[in-house]
Amino acid sequence: MARYESLLDACGGTPLVGLPRLSPVVPDGAPPVRLWAKLEDRNPTGSVKDRPALYMIREAERAGRLRPGATILEPTSGNTGIALAMVAKLRGYRLVCVMPENVSDERVQLLRMYGAEIIFSSAAGGSNQAVATAKQIAAEHPDWVMLYQYGNEANARAHYETTGPELLEDLPTITHFVAGLGTTGTLMGIGRYLREKVEGIEIIAAEPRYGELVYGLRNIDEGYVPELYDASVLTRRFSVGTRDAVLRTRQLIEVEGIFAGFSTGAVLHAALAVAKQAVREGRRADVAFLVADAGWKYLSTGAYTGTLDEAEDALDGQLWA
Amino acid sequence: MAIEVRIPTILRSYTGGAKIIEGSGDTLDALLSDLDSRHEGLRARLVTEQGALHRFVNVYVNDEDVRFLGALDTKLADGDSVTILPAVAGGSR
Repeated sequence: MARYESLLDACGGTPLVGLPRLSPVVPDGAPPVRLWAKLEDRNPTGSVKDRPALYMIREAERAGRLRPGATILEPTSGNTGIALAMVAKLRGYRLVCVMPENVSDERVQLLRMYGAEIIFSSAAGGSNQAVATAKQIAAEHPDWVMLYQYGNEANARAHYETTGPELLEDLPTITHFVAGLGTTGTLMGIGRYLREKVEGIEIIAAEPRYGELVYGLRNIDEGYVPELYDASVLTRRFSVGTRDAVLRTRQLIEVEGIFAGFSTGAVLHAALAVAKQAVREGRRADVAFLVADAGWKYLSTGAYTGTLDEAEDALDGQLWA
Repeated sequence: MAIEVRIPTILRSYTGGAKIIEGSGDTLDALLSDLDSRHEGLRARLVTEQGALHRFVNVYVNDEDVRFLGALDTKLADGDSVTILPAVAGGSR
């Protein structure tokens, strides 16, 4: 299985790898507790977002919303934009991304290389502002197509139909699934699929907790919950701070050789928490977690080297996941 | 019983600008009432008139979302850390 008709056909089918060194040690005779990493950086543009990007564009084509030469507009600060840019290029669409100005330079460069146009929204407004700005622009350009990853059911469906079944096929003994919470599409799609197939499965969300700047809303009523989010799919939800995310990201490369982005560090932190709890309770556990992307795009932050304090400072005010 | 509570920037007008305050209570509900006795109006920003957590507010006890622990009935113990954050759209999506 190594030949594909085009890059788009090479989306998905990513490896699930065991983490024998990071998995917690269990007492003699106790049931095993194992960690598994789903390497979504092995997708065409290097992130899990290739799956929803492809699904959302195909769905818009099927519904007749996207016609040759159309312009796609999307609020995105990174991976979804890069994934959409690749698919748009190969299928003949123009892409306009709305993103906060405080994202890493690599993301801007990658988007421009793929031919995407970028409209910056204020750093202080974070992703909330990017979403609001994109909605405003969409109203001014009724002929543009906003796929809107935060509310597009094809985002979650991509995971329900591909990532979820892949996980279950590779790990029929799965007991826990852990992933990051952003648009919530990954957890909603995979979570729903696994809940239907595996009795007692626990679906765990790891939510990045950024520096204060990112939460600098004027009023709490301006908060935002993605339309896709359905809390009943989740079992638990953790908030993981910058320091823990950096620590775990470094541990993952040092102990298991996996070079991941910081969102994966947050996810690993939550995965280790549930794995250690299973050990304490003497329960068997196969904990699979999702590696959303590799670390390349975040090297310029400087947070992979130096002390944890320095890394925390370097990422302060940045959207690191 | 001291419980450390982290207050987000937008709610610090109720705490005289303090980032971290202390309170007590066996449950989150009791803690928020205790805080409100010294920081009047804070509770009403977090809890609706119907007695549920505001949709755009997330509260975490020791980094875990209380909506999955019992919401306002979540049990608290001495030394717990409570973090209040507004819901935002997340990061690099």
